[in-house]
Amino acid sequence: MADQTLDARGLNCPLPILRAKKALKDMARGEVLTIQATDPGAVKDFEAFCRSTGNELVESTAAGKEFQFRIRVQA
Amino acid sequence: MSEPANNKRMSIIVTKGTLDWAYPPFILATTAAAMGLEVSMFFTFYGLALLKKKLDLSITTLGNAAMEMPMMGGHMKMPNLLGALPGMDMLATTMMKNLIRKKGVASIEDLRSAAVESDVRMIACQMTLDLFELRREDLIDGPELGGAATYIEEATKSDINLFI
Repeated sequence: MADQTLDARGLNCPLPILRAKKALKDMARGEVLTIQATDPGAVKDFEAFCRSTGNELVESTAAGKEFQFRIRVQA
Repeated sequence: MSEPANNKRMSIIVTKGTLDWAYPPFILATTAAAMGLEVSMFFTFYGLALLKKKLDLSITTLGNAAMEMPMMGGHMKMPNLLGALPGMDMLATTMMKNLIRKKGVASIEDLRSAAVESDVRMIACQMTLDLFELRREDLIDGPELGGAATYIEEATKSDINLFI
């Protein structure tokens, strides 16, 4: 396994979180999952998800209607 | 990712079986499971319909005063008198299902599978099964049968208990 990318564009709550969790499950500590999304609610949700699961949200950016999140596996 | 940084528990009593009310319990259960919580769902009364093998969920506009459907740039409300006409529930259900698809919202079937896959404990209410003359084989594999005491035991161990 290595760093992964997840395309969650067009998906609505809670699918981006569920798909991210699925991807993270197979990743090792230190690896980074990059998620692309269009759900504006995902911004706060990935913050909460990372706080609760102990993973590190290393980046959360918005460009127009698209959002990108990078999560480093910590837990 | 190793298992839960989060050893909290959540239980949900699921009492409603319409298409719209099927969402909150399944969204919260799957999300909580994804966040590392141990989740149980207790399906009782009309909520038990959500465990049937073949889901045939619908909504009704009747008595649903806050319901507004987006339509041609505006929002449409449905007076009860019109909503009671034959075919209206089917129309509203079709509109809702189209919206769900268009907006990238998960189907209830998908959320339910996600809940099963993420080891959400599901308990089907034995009394409801008897009351509505349903058989265990009408329901999906996985859920166990139980009663009020089974739920209460679970609830006393949980950090979050919801009734939906």
